Amino acid sequence: MSNIPADLRFQKSHEWARLEADGTITIGISDHAQQALGDLVFVEAPEAGRHVNAGEAAAVVESVKAASDVYSPVSGEVVAGNADLGGQPELINQDPYGAGWIMRVRPDDKTQFASMLDAKAYAAALAAETH
Amino acid sequence: MHEKLIFEHSAPGRSADAQYPRVPVEAPVPAALRRASPPLLPEVSELQAVRHFTRLSQLNFSIDTHFYPLGSCTMKYNPKACNQYAMLPEFINRHPLAPESTGQGILQILCELQDMLKEVTGMRGVSLTPMAGAQGEFAGVAMIRAYYKARKDFARIEIIVPDAAHGTNPATATMCGCTVKEIPTLPNGDIDLDSLQAAVGPQTAGIMLTNPSTIGVFERHIDDLRRIVHEAGGLLYYDGANLNAILGKVRPGDMGFDVIHMNLHKTFSTPHGGGGPGSGAVGVSERLLPFLPVPIVGRESDRYRWLDEKDLPQTIGRLSNFMGNTGVLLRAYIYMRMLGRDGMQRVSEFATLNSNYLAARLRVAGFELAYPERRASHEFIVTLRHEAHEWGTNAMDFAKRLLDYGFHAPTTYFPLLVPECLLIEPTETESKEELDAFVDAMIAIRHEAETEPDKLKGAPWTLPVRRLDDVRAAKQLDLTWKAA
Repeated sequence: MSNIPADLRFQKSHEWARLEADGTITIGISDHAQQALGDLVFVEAPEAGRHVNAGEAAAVVESVKAASDVYSPVSGEVVAGNADLGGQPELINQDPYGAGWIMRVRPDDKTQFASMLDAKAYAAALAAETH
Repeated sequence: MHEKLIFEHSAPGRSADAQYPRVPVEAPVPAALRRASPPLLPEVSELQAVRHFTRLSQLNFSIDTHFYPLGSCTMKYNPKACNQYAMLPEFINRHPLAPESTGQGILQILCELQDMLKEVTGMRGVSLTPMAGAQGEFAGVAMIRAYYKARKDFARIEIIVPDAAHGTNPATATMCGCTVKEIPTLPNGDIDLDSLQAAVGPQTAGIMLTNPSTIGVFERHIDDLRRIVHEAGGLLYYDGANLNAILGKVRPGDMGFDVIHMNLHKTFSTPHGGGGPGSGAVGVSERLLPFLPVPIVGRESDRYRWLDEKDLPQTIGRLSNFMGNTGVLLRAYIYMRMLGRDGMQRVSEFATLNSNYLAARLRVAGFELAYPERRASHEFIVTLRHEAHEWGTNAMDFAKRLLDYGFHAPTTYFPLLVPECLLIEPTETESKEELDAFVDAMIAIRHEAETEPDKLKGAPWTLPVRRLDDVRAAKQLDLTWKAA
């Protein structure tokens, strides 16, 4: 079973987000997503300063099976992309909610984060997809 | 059987010099540009080279040796007669620069091939010059861009692609300077028309569509889809990847498509693989006729001649020297002449029958079809999500285990929107016995997955090379041999 931390928010397209103390939002892909993709071989995280829009592709993850877009759940300015993923894409497989974070965004609109799925709703969405 | 690399057969000073020039050849290369040390080439005898490459060829899984459920997605069976006639010396000895007057025969063949492709696709014009499917796609979108440029409608640069599309579609659009907008597929396999309606506008150049789609179902609302795109001022591009399913039955031109590329190896049974040579002929509707790539063969009373830039001043230009891969075009021509009009219909009928038979038997055996409420086209999708969830055996494990049973694996993990999927396409040439044997193997593997999953996870067991390390291959690919 995949791990769905209760303190995070999610999107149906399998991104997670965490509101940090400084108001920024850290974004990555869920444990389910990394399991489904399999071993990651390449990650393209956005660079700081880029503006991303909610629902639009902000990063790319490529595994031995497929290349997939990562959709930003919020609009805002990228504060940081995880540079470690360049040399170690496997961090996402090993620790999707920790060292495998992809980007940190300063949101234009705080309500977008609040409207994301909570852990329970995401678990229900996953169950509907896989059964 | 393990086969050593040819470098490992090498011994210093050994060579096969029977065909060396008798007189030393003075290279017309300035001394400064010549390499100082000889290239690192294997040193083997003629017989060693023959045996090495013959043994390697015997390790191949191929259509000539195994059931190959990649189907027309990759390449169909090539009837031997096509090759035999295309190898006639009158064809293979003709020089491409020979004058038209001495080449009326080959020009007639190419002209008739253009006409047959027009007839079977319902398009108004055809150019045979693209050298491969990717180049055909490029030509198709380049013509769309040329069309809008000629109309001074410079805003139309967005190409719409469904999320089930081949990855080449957005890649082609990007290569041609367009932006890409993705629209979703509904759970029933049809395109989401509401999303399409919301996506089109004055920026829409067109939509790239495969029909039947990559999930193996025919788009039921093709007419509404055509209306939405045309009313918004866009054009419709038909990716011919799945033409095998509708050959002689439905025509892209009648569905309202403006441009189509055909992979002749997919539908018209020409060789393909090892990087070519290929053929990606393109067909167009009335409004794109002036933009076709040249040369094209034209007929004037009883004479054939090349049409070039003088005849089509708005052409997107030349994509290759001469006329595409003429040897490949010849094979497609012979294939089509052997089939005739009725034969082409039988191709799509049996391709579809075989696919639906396999799908029905696999479903009865307990496999889950991704779109069970839809009739399959020439291909269908099985999802192994339950097998992966219950027993930890995923689609790749099934695919690798199939090799041990003597079957080439179907396409895995495509299209991306179906989890743990196998995309299975038997094509029209397989016998019922062969199809049954494949189902029996799938049933046996499913039983192993439940009782001895390690048999799948470690597969293949019987091949000269075991499971490859995909991750290392992707991250640290190194194909250069180095002396120990």
